[in-house]
Amino acid sequence: MSSSAVFILDVKGKVLISRNYRGDIDMGVIEKFMPLLMEKEEEGNVTPILLTNECTFAYIKHNNLYIVSITRMNANIALVFAFLHKLVQVMIEYFKELEEESIRDNFVIIYELMDELLDFGYPQTTDSKILQEYITQEGHKLEVAPRPPMAVTNAVSWRSEGIKYRKNEVFLDVIESVNLLANANGHILRSEIVGAIKMRVYLSGMPELRLGLNDKVLFESTGRGKSKSVELEDVKFHQCVRLSRFEVDRTISFIPPDGEFELMSYRLNTHVKPLIWIESVIERHAHSRVEYMVKAKSQFKRRSTANNVEIIIPVPGDADSPKFKTGIGSVKYAPEQSAIIWTIKSFPGGKEYLMRAHFGLPSVIGEDSEGRPPIQVRFEIPYFTTSGIQVRYLKIIEKSGYQALPWVRYITQNGDYQLRTN
Amino acid sequence: MTDAKYFTTTKKGEIFELKSELNSDKKEKKREAVKKVIASMTVGKDVSALFPDVVNCMQTDNLELKKLVYLYLMNYAKSQPDMAIMAVNTFVKDCEDPNPLIRALAVRTMGCIRVDKITEYLCEPLRKCLKDEDPYVRKTAAVCVAKLYDINAQLVEDQGFLDQLKDLLSDSNPMVVANAVAALSEINDSSPSGAPLVEMNAATINKLLTALNECTEWGQIFILDSLSNYNPKDEREAQSICERITPRLAHANAAVVLSAVKVLMKYMEIITDQEFVSVLTRKLAPPLVTLLSSEPEVQYVALRNINLIVQKRPDILKHEMKVFFVKYNDPIYVKLEKLDIMIRLASQANIAQVLSELKEYATEVDVDFVRKAVRAIGRCAIKVEQSAERCVATLLDLIQTKVNYVVQEAIVVIKDIFRKYPNKYESIISTLCENLDTLDEPEARASMIWIIGEYAERIDNADELLESFLEGFADENSQVQLQLLTAIVKLFLKRPADTQELVQQVLSLATQDSDNPDLRDRGFIYWRLLSTDPAAAKEVVLAEKPLISEETDLLEPTLLDELICHIASLASVYHKPPSAFVEGRSGLRKALPAKLAGETTTSEAPSSSSSSAPQVIPSQDSLIGDLLSMDINPPAVIQPAQPAPFGGGVDLLGGGLDALLDVGVGNTATAPPPAQAPMGGGLLGDIFGLAPSTTTYVAPKTLWLPAVKGKGLEISGTFIRKNGQISMEMTLTNRAMQAMSGFAIQFNKNSFGVIPAQPLQVPSPLTPNQSCDVSLLLNTSGPVQKMDPLNNLQVAIKNNIDVLYFAALIPLHVYFTEDGQMDKRIFLSTWKEIPTQNEVQYNLSNMTHNSDTVVQKMQQNNVFTIAKRNVEGQDMLYQSIKLTNNVWVLTEIKIPPGGSLFTLSVKSVTVDVAPGVYQAYENILRS
Repeated sequence: MSSSAVFILDVKGKVLISRNYRGDIDMGVIEKFMPLLMEKEEEGNVTPILLTNECTFAYIKHNNLYIVSITRMNANIALVFAFLHKLVQVMIEYFKELEEESIRDNFVIIYELMDELLDFGYPQTTDSKILQEYITQEGHKLEVAPRPPMAVTNAVSWRSEGIKYRKNEVFLDVIESVNLLANANGHILRSEIVGAIKMRVYLSGMPELRLGLNDKVLFESTGRGKSKSVELEDVKFHQCVRLSRFEVDRTISFIPPDGEFELMSYRLNTHVKPLIWIESVIERHAHSRVEYMVKAKSQFKRRSTANNVEIIIPVPGDADSPKFKTGIGSVKYAPEQSAIIWTIKSFPGGKEYLMRAHFGLPSVIGEDSEGRPPIQVRFEIPYFTTSGIQVRYLKIIEKSGYQALPWVRYITQNGDYQLRTN
Repeated sequence: MTDAKYFTTTKKGEIFELKSELNSDKKEKKREAVKKVIASMTVGKDVSALFPDVVNCMQTDNLELKKLVYLYLMNYAKSQPDMAIMAVNTFVKDCEDPNPLIRALAVRTMGCIRVDKITEYLCEPLRKCLKDEDPYVRKTAAVCVAKLYDINAQLVEDQGFLDQLKDLLSDSNPMVVANAVAALSEINDSSPSGAPLVEMNAATINKLLTALNECTEWGQIFILDSLSNYNPKDEREAQSICERITPRLAHANAAVVLSAVKVLMKYMEIITDQEFVSVLTRKLAPPLVTLLSSEPEVQYVALRNINLIVQKRPDILKHEMKVFFVKYNDPIYVKLEKLDIMIRLASQANIAQVLSELKEYATEVDVDFVRKAVRAIGRCAIKVEQSAERCVATLLDLIQTKVNYVVQEAIVVIKDIFRKYPNKYESIISTLCENLDTLDEPEARASMIWIIGEYAERIDNADELLESFLEGFADENSQVQLQLLTAIVKLFLKRPADTQELVQQVLSLATQDSDNPDLRDRGFIYWRLLSTDPAAAKEVVLAEKPLISEETDLLEPTLLDELICHIASLASVYHKPPSAFVEGRSGLRKALPAKLAGETTTSEAPSSSSSSAPQVIPSQDSLIGDLLSMDINPPAVIQPAQPAPFGGGVDLLGGGLDALLDVGVGNTATAPPPAQAPMGGGLLGDIFGLAPSTTTYVAPKTLWLPAVKGKGLEISGTFIRKNGQISMEMTLTNRAMQAMSGFAIQFNKNSFGVIPAQPLQVPSPLTPNQSCDVSLLLNTSGPVQKMDPLNNLQVAIKNNIDVLYFAALIPLHVYFTEDGQMDKRIFLSTWKEIPTQNEVQYNLSNMTHNSDTVVQKMQQNNVFTIAKRNVEGQDMLYQSIKLTNNVWVLTEIKIPPGGSLFTLSVKSVTVDVAPGVYQAYENILRS
C-alpha cells in the first residue's frame, strides 16, 4: 500500500488538482498540510514526511508546486517518494514543464494520467512513452478508441512493437560527474565519480543489445586481468537490463526503450588528483574590506581542455564595491548569490591561473552571522573520462538483420564539487 | 487550445446553465459541459447537484468523456448513494465491452465507489474480469479484489475471490502476478485475526521470483515486500531466495533497492553459513551508499533506514564513514541524519577525521545543526576513549568562540564526559566557570550547577558561584532548581563548616517558597536526612555513581528487529512500530525469524520463545537519566520522626551537624566504610527502617512423610527464607501408639548444597498424638550434587524407631539472595552474553496485578526490578535474581495493559533453573 490520495498544491497550499485513491481519508486534511509545514520550517525541524493524527504527509517540491501523498497506513515510503518523482517526470514528458499553468491547461489529461499511474495506491504503468500510446492529448480526435498497448502488461513494458526508422542509429554518451569535498586545509575528504551511460536509441523493431565495457570484474573472470580495466563499485541499471544475467556473468544485455534514456549509472571512489584545484587566500579586515586571492590549477593531461569553467567564490552578503584583477577569463559579481563568478571558457590541462578580488565591507556588522559556503567549480572536459571507462562494443541484433551504427561520446564534468574555505 | 477556459465561467446560475448543457442533444456541447463540471469540481466547488445529469452522459462511446463521468461518479457517489445505483447498469455493460481499456476502466472505477449497494453488483463483473483474456483487465481486477475487501471483507471471502486471486499468482503475465501479490499482501495485512488469510508456500514463492525478473519496477517492489513477509522453511531456501534477489540491488529505482535490502536483512538472520553472510554483507554496502546520491527525500528515507541497519549489523558500513560527511547544500533533515550515523560509525580508526568534520560543522550557522554537532563531539568522547582528550580540547576551542549556544551545548556534553571519565578533565572547570554568566538555557545551567556541586571540593569559590544562582531561585526552571538544591547539599556535605547558611537558605526556598511538589519533596528528604543522620546523608548523596554507557539512543533490540522487518516503510522512518501510528490495525507484530538451529534446545520449555531475538533492556539514554537522578530521587521515605519545625532552621540541623563535622573534619579513616550504593531494597529498608523483618513468600506446608510410611511419624513442612536465612519449617506428628525420641536429621547431597545449620531440636519424647512445630535453620555450604528435579531434597530422619526417608521439593525462591540487584549495565551486557537458546518463555495467566504490585511483590522475595519500560502500552519489567550458588537469573515480564496474561522470559547461564524460577513467580504472584 502506498498513497491514499495524491495532491498537487500551489506554493500557498491551494489544491490545484487531486485524486483520491482509497477513500479512507477525508480529503479535507490537506488543509492542514501548509500550516504544519510552515510550523515545522519555523522550528527548523522540517522533514519531507510529516505526521499528524489523521495521516502522514509525504511531499516533494517542484517549481513552486508541492506534490503531496497522504496515507494512514505503514506505507512503503521509499516507493511513495520514488513514485512522486516519477509522477513529476511523466508530467514533464507530457507537458514539457510542470507548473501551475500547465496543470490548469491540461487538467483533463492529468486526471486520466493519475487514474492510470496509480490504482488503489499501487503504482502501475509509469513509462511515459507507453502511456502516450493510449493516453493522448488529442484523445477526442481519435475515431477509434485506443486499446491498451501490449507493452503495458508485457515483460517488455517499456517498448512497443512495430517501431520503424529509416536509418538505424544508437548514440551513447558516457558522462562522468566528479564529486569532490575538500576541507580548508586542502585535504580531500571525499572524491568520487558518478558515471552515467545515456542512450538515444533510434532502432527499428525489437532489437537485442549487448554492451561491453572494460569492467574489471568481467576482465578478471575471463582471464584478461592485465588489460586496462575499471572497477565499478556500484552499478545501477535501467529497468530494461537483465539484472540476473549481469549478476551471473557481468553481461549487460537489454531491449532498449525507444529514444532517450539512462541505461546505467555507476559509482567509484578515486584517488586521482582533483581535476581542477583551487587554492584561496581570504583576508578579512573587519569593518573595512575583504581580499581574495584565488589560484586555479588544472591537473589533467595537457592535451585535454576543460570548457566553460566557472569558479564560484562566495563573498559576504554585505560586501560592496567589487574590484577584480585576473589574467584570464572574466569575473563578475553576482550579488543575488553573494558570490563572484570567475569564468574561463577554455582551460587547458597543466595550467595555473590567478585572480584577485577586493571588496569593501560596511563599518557596522549585521546581526545575522553568515555561514561559510564552499567554493564551487563547474566544468566540462570532453573526450575524457576520469575513471578510464571505455565502451568496447555495442552489439545490436534484430531479427530483420539490419546494420546499425553506434556512436560513443565521452565527457567528464563537475558533480558536487566543493572546496571549503577558511 | 488548452483546458484552462473551462475554469473561467463564473456567471450566476452556473449550475442551472450547466444542467441544460449536459442535457443538450449535441455531443460536443455535452462534452464541453462535463469538462466544465469537472473543472468546477477541481477548484473545489460543489457540483453534486448535477449528479443525475452527469450520470446520463455515462453511456457514450467517447472514452475521454466516459473517463470524466467516471471520475465524477467516484467523487460524488458517496454523497448520492441512491442515485449512484443508476450507474450500475452502464458499469456492468462496460465490463463486457470489446475494448479491454473500457472493461478495465469500468472494473477499476466500480471498486472505487464505496457504496454498499453498488458493491453487490460488482461481484459478477469482477469474477469475469479476473478471468479476462486480456492481462490489462486481469491486473486491474486483481487490485479490485483488494478494494472490495476494504469495503466488505466478508463478501470477498464468501465469493471465493481469495482463491481466484491466489490463482493469479500463477498467471503467465508478470504484471498480473505483481498486482495479485500486492492485493494479497494488503488483504493479509488487514486480516482481522492478524494471521495471513493466504499463506505463501515454496511453490508460489518460486513463481514470484520468476515474475520478479520480468515485471515493472513497482511490481518488483510488491513482490519483494511480500517476500519479506515470508519465512523460509530452512536455511537452504533462505540462501537460494537471497541469491535470486541480490541482483535487484543494482536496480536504478531506490525503492526496489531498499525493498531488496529488507528481504536480505531479514533472511540473513536465518543463515548460519558465515561465509554466505559475509558475502551478502559486502554486497549490501555499495547500494546503500549509492542511495545517498538520490533525491533528498529518498536520501532521508535511506538514512533513517541506514540508522537501523548500522545498529543491527555495524559491519556493513563500518568503512564508509566518509560518505556521511555533510555537504553544505544538503537539506537540514539530511544533515541531521548524517550526523547521527557518523556518531554510530565513529571508532578509534576514524575518529580523527570525524572530529575535524564535527568541528567544522560546529562553526556553521544553522543553530540546530551546530548544537547537534557539538553534542556529537561529546558523544564521540564518551564512545571512543582514546579520543576523549582530543574531544575535550575541541570542545574547549569551541567554548572559546563564545558563541552562546555553542558554549551552552558544550557544557551540557562536558558534564557527561566528567561522568564517564571521573577525575580526569577537572582542570578545565575554571574555563567553564568563566562562562557562567552567559548560560541562559535551563539544561546548560543545570549541567554547570551539577559540575560545581560534584566538584565542589576543587572549586574554591563554589559557594559563591552557587549562591549567585540562588539569588534568582524562584525564577529558575525547575530542572535548575532541583539541581541547585542537590548541588548545594553536596557542597554542604563536602564543606560543612562555611556553607551551613547556604544550605539552610536553599532548603527553605525549596520547602517553603516553592509549590513544585518534586522540589519540595526533595528538599524535605535532604532536610530530614541531614538532620537525622548526616553520615548516612553523605553516603546517599555523595555515593559513587555508576559509569554512564557509551552508546546512546540505541533502539531496544526487539523493536530494532521489528523495524528491520519494516525497512523502506514509514515505520522505519519514524523508528516506531506501525501500531504506534496506524489506527485500528491489529495486525501481527513482525519479528525477525529465529535461527532455526537454536530451536531444538529450547524445546523443553512449555512455550518456546517465538522470537528468539535477544530482548534486552535497552535505551541507555533513559538509563543515564535514571542514574543521574538516582542520587536525588530516592524512593519515598516514610520517616516516623516528628514533623520538622519550620521556623528554626538552625536548631534543626544542629544535632546532626556535629556528627557531620566530626566525619568531615576528623580522620577520614574513622568514617564508615563506603557502603554500596543504596540501591538494593534491603539496604534502603535498613536505612529508613522500612521493612523490619523480611520474610519471603511461604508456601503452605505439604505432607512429606505420611504416617503409614513413617512408621507412625507424620511430617509435613515447607521452606522459608527469613532475614536472609533459609529454614525448614516442619510439623511432626506422632500417629503411633508409642512415644518417639532421639530425633536427628540428615540431608543427601543436593543441587544447592543445602545442609542443616543446627541439630534438629524436637521436644522428646513426642508422645502419641502430639504434634510439634520445628524450625530448622539451613545453610548452603554443603556438598553439591545435581538432583532431578533440580530442587529435590532427600531427607533422612532418625528416631528411636527407625531411620525414615522422604523427599521434599525446595521452592526455588528461598535461594534468592538479598544482594540480587544487578547493576543496570551489567544486566544489559549479561543479557546479551547469555545465548538465546538459554531463554525460556512462560505464560502467567489470570494475573490481576499491575506492574507496580508485581515489582513490589517480587522485591519482597528478592527479585529485583532493574528497569521498567513501557512499550506500546505494555509494561516490560526487567528483573534480576541471584541464587545462593551465585547463579544469576535474568527475567523479563511483559504485562499487557489491563491484561491478565503475562509473559515471563527467563534467561540464565544455567537454563535448568528456569522451571523453578517460573514456579517461584507463579507462587509469589498468586500468594
